[in-house]
Amino acid sequence: MKEKSGTLEQAVLNEYKYGFVTDIDTDVIAKGLSEDTIRLISNKKNEPEWMLDWRLKAYNHWLKLVEPKWPNVKYPPINYQDIIYYAAPKPKKQLNSLDEADPELLATFDKLGISLNEQRRLTGVAVDVVMDSVSIATSFKKQLSEIGVIFCSISEAIQEHPELVKKYLGSVVPMTDNYFAALNSAVFTDGSFCFIPKGVRCPMELSTYFRINTENAGQFERTLIIAEEESYVSYLEGCTAPLRDENQLHAAVVELVAHTKAEIKYSTVQNWYPGDKNGLGGIYNFVTKRGMCKGDHSKISWTQVETGSAITWKYPSVILKGDHSIGEFYSVAFTNNYQQADTGTKMIHLGKNTRSRIVSKGISAGHSQNSYRGLVRAGKQATNARNYSQCDSLLLGDKCGAHTFPYIEVKNKTAIVEHEATTSKIGEDQLFYCRQRGIDAETAVALIVNGFAKEVMNQLPMEFAVEAQKLLAVSMEGSVG
Amino acid sequence: MNDIAYFKDQFEQLQEADPKGTIAGLRQSGFDSFSKAGVPTFHDEDWKYTNVSSLFDKEYPIAGLSGVTLADVDAVRLPGSELANELVFVNGRFVAGLSNIRSGISDLIVLPLEVAATGAYKDLVAAQLDHSSNYLSDGIHALNTSFICGGVFIHVLKGKEPKHPVYFYHILDTRQHPSLAQPRSLVLVDESSRLQLTETYATLGPSDSFNNQVMEIVVKENAFVEYYKIQNDTANASQVNTTHIRQIGRSYVHTVTLTLNGAIVRNNMNLVLDANGNETHLYGLYLLKGKSHADNHTLIDNLKPNCFSNQLYKGIADDASTAVFNGRIMVQPDAQKTNAYQSNKNILLSDNATINTKPQLEIFADDVKCSHGCTVGQLDEEALFYLRARGIPKESAEVLLLEAFAADIVEQIKPEVLRSYVAKLIYEHLAIQ
Amino acid sequence: MLSVKNIHANIDGREILKGINLDIKPGEVHAIMGPNGSGKSTLASVLAGRDEYEVTEGNVSFLGKDLLGLSTEDRAREGLFLAFQYPVEIPGVSTTNFIKAAVNEKRKYLGQEPLDAVSFLKMMKEKMALVEIDQRLLSRSINEGFSGGEKKRNEVFQMAMLEPKLAIMDETDSGLDIDALRIVAKGINKLRNPDRAVLLITHYQRLLDYIQPDYVHVLYNGRIVKSGTKELALELEEKGYDFITDEVDLTADQ
Repeated sequence: MKEKSGTLEQAVLNEYKYGFVTDIDTDVIAKGLSEDTIRLISNKKNEPEWMLDWRLKAYNHWLKLVEPKWPNVKYPPINYQDIIYYAAPKPKKQLNSLDEADPELLATFDKLGISLNEQRRLTGVAVDVVMDSVSIATSFKKQLSEIGVIFCSISEAIQEHPELVKKYLGSVVPMTDNYFAALNSAVFTDGSFCFIPKGVRCPMELSTYFRINTENAGQFERTLIIAEEESYVSYLEGCTAPLRDENQLHAAVVELVAHTKAEIKYSTVQNWYPGDKNGLGGIYNFVTKRGMCKGDHSKISWTQVETGSAITWKYPSVILKGDHSIGEFYSVAFTNNYQQADTGTKMIHLGKNTRSRIVSKGISAGHSQNSYRGLVRAGKQATNARNYSQCDSLLLGDKCGAHTFPYIEVKNKTAIVEHEATTSKIGEDQLFYCRQRGIDAETAVALIVNGFAKEVMNQLPMEFAVEAQKLLAVSMEGSVG
Repeated sequence: MNDIAYFKDQFEQLQEADPKGTIAGLRQSGFDSFSKAGVPTFHDEDWKYTNVSSLFDKEYPIAGLSGVTLADVDAVRLPGSELANELVFVNGRFVAGLSNIRSGISDLIVLPLEVAATGAYKDLVAAQLDHSSNYLSDGIHALNTSFICGGVFIHVLKGKEPKHPVYFYHILDTRQHPSLAQPRSLVLVDESSRLQLTETYATLGPSDSFNNQVMEIVVKENAFVEYYKIQNDTANASQVNTTHIRQIGRSYVHTVTLTLNGAIVRNNMNLVLDANGNETHLYGLYLLKGKSHADNHTLIDNLKPNCFSNQLYKGIADDASTAVFNGRIMVQPDAQKTNAYQSNKNILLSDNATINTKPQLEIFADDVKCSHGCTVGQLDEEALFYLRARGIPKESAEVLLLEAFAADIVEQIKPEVLRSYVAKLIYEHLAIQ
Repeated sequence: MLSVKNIHANIDGREILKGINLDIKPGEVHAIMGPNGSGKSTLASVLAGRDEYEVTEGNVSFLGKDLLGLSTEDRAREGLFLAFQYPVEIPGVSTTNFIKAAVNEKRKYLGQEPLDAVSFLKMMKEKMALVEIDQRLLSRSINEGFSGGEKKRNEVFQMAMLEPKLAIMDETDSGLDIDALRIVAKGINKLRNPDRAVLLITHYQRLLDYIQPDYVHVLYNGRIVKSGTKELALELEEKGYDFITDEVDLTADQ
């Protein structure tokens, strides 16, 4: 048994491949957080007065809050004065197109496997790239704007589309929502903004790539996606960070608004630096993601593959306000070494005939702790609300933990909520069967893990599915037939 | 604001009367914890769905003499009482004069807890009493410990299977003023012995009662325990009811908790599986009407390998009632080959009723098989229609289906007398619209 | 090709194999028969390298290599195939991908390039026709929800794909109706060739009606107590195992 669990552990050990640092000229402000910091950030971004007021209001609210302690994660106290709140690659001049970007920067993204040039030419995925605090480049802007789709950095949106930003910013995740959302509202430096006009089906995947580069920098991006009536958009998000011994904080806020008959599909492959084998370093990923199915027959679908970060604390949620609206959450969370993940979703059923579906697959290895935490609430008015949840955990090795905390609150007698959860390990007989066919334990584990996660992986857009599978160290499954 | 300062005077009064020994020491540490923790609020994860502040907005007198008579007890007796060991508690204190111990002392020993704590069972009481505080750190549990007085100790002797089951009658007398009862008992089920224990509750009078009870049961190798709790008290009766069972030898435990009536009823059913190969079955049924609020918390802590546990809790919430289920399974690193199953099924009958359910798995061992499932739904419309199509009126059809829903749990009550009694209680309870 | 010398094996300290000797040459088909509990499946497991079994004595050479010194997967890559009595279900892993992984792992071991998708699919099509297996089965999760016959057919299909030197069929006939048995046996027969040896482990003679063995061995109480040609199997069918086991027990008693 001992020897075999050793094989298992070997089989799941993978070096982090994105740990390099880009040597690039960066504009960095001093560490620390105060009203002055916020004024400085706002000033650097040349923001209008209303935006600064909004930030200061959030900051003053944040000061009154205490950091939440309820997640099933442990970490030393964060010193919020020891963080750099603004770091930006210095632009040589105003960029008109990607071709003018710093070659060093483009090389970085090539290394990350998201060659902007390639992507632009071949796959037709529009990419917005955010390094440290600011958006570097957005591709395909022109083509998109021809059909009325706005896809730009949030900083740009504040300048160019203030009426939209004013209307929607904080409308799904209020600045007072929670500790990290308040912090983000005060200091967010960039992020992506999408607006899909009425009746438009966005012809390509929109994608943002987040990268933390600077040491001691926190990343606080803000994403806002608005889908007008009868529109559709599929949005992808990826992220990486260099190897560092210190922990770095990532506290993002994502807000989605789906109007009548609109659909938003939001996919994440989260691969922030998870820390080393001994648990040193890594990103604290404390994120608030929430979508509002505002109109009738609207739909929001979250898909996430979580393999990175030292600590992950996030619950992409859907408020099902419109009648007949649909919320979905598909998640694979893989934790290894000393990683901790407390993740799940909230499905808040308010409208009639609303439906939600939750599929969560947790895989724990090494000394990691992996928790699913979810809330399904059917309000008094949520006639005929339906939810089905399936939460499965797979354990690799005997030093890790898998935990499930589903909360179910029902106040309407016509609602039907079902939840199922299982926990199991990879069976010795399964491993033996594979090995007898010449597949070594390592590959066998990868095959089985990928099979376990398949239901979720199938939800990912093609371009992302491949990357996600690589992350799970599985190369065979899905490559044939 | 709750005024709980008066507890200090009552506590000091009690300590003065009996200042030494194990129990006084426990009371002291209990009171220290209570002073620190206070009354739980919804900020405490374990009390998120149950608000107990209304239980602390009044002053309860210290439990004392009461005018409970044999006639009062007669009204409370359960079927089969003529063959049972009947232990009567009035306002949380054991009253020997109203009780009947029918088993001989070679089978079963019943002693006041204070006597057990100083006599031959001194070491055992010191080692086992208040083990539950390792699992329950809230103020309400500590409050019970602060006021341990007049409890009982029961020992089922090695290899014995007493013919007479044990019945606990908890009578809370509110005819003069509100009553806070804090009964405490410790039960030792020795090697290869067998115990069948049933508890029931009755509030007399119009005022509010609050039964804050803790029972700790220690189960040794090859022993077999059946435990039944029947809660069918008045609408002004509240409870925080903790049953803490430790299986320290390979043994078998079977429990059924039935909640029909009450104001706020919180049950903590803790199972500590501290030996290889334990087997445990927990069942619960709550059928709530009016404004009743019932909260069942179960906790199974798997400490050793090869344990098997199965939980099935079912419930119905009607009118403006609230049902809460929180089932927690922990599998510690040594507890390989644990098999743990849990299921919670609910039917919501009214839009003013609420069901909150929260199954929890916390697993630190890898070679385990655990699953939980929970559902919230309604009566099967198809079945209802089928019955009505056969000429059965809607109301009767509903009662029939609800009875069928409850039957899974009722069947788990092994003694025939109790099972048919409970079935009748349920029928009457459901049939009254 | 395979030479088993005086193999003793334990499980949980209990001795199951008590000195097995067996020689198999390329192209031969051997059948091992015996009553339940005689050690047939243990022999298959020991040869394939299941960890629970401890070999306490003896040695096995396979194509000139020390078989017991190889890991389970290397034995497979060297060309030893075990068709499982109870094929294992692996939820979520499609049969196609599973076999592709197996084929390419073997090629890698032998220093060959992995098969690209096109050649792999071509090979699959050929072998599918050979063993009469439905394509739909191959896109499903391996063995999950397969009937008994489908599982066994899938084992034979994998054998076809992996082209082993020695195939050990562990009670491949168990749980099959006569039609399924015929198809499975037909598949195995098609896979017979002068370089490939087959070891059939079975309780019943019935399988041998469809696959003609060159040699038949009777395993009883951890030892091969009688060897012969296919006539021995017929004799067993007629007289039952008792006629041999009684004889052995009698000898042991004396």
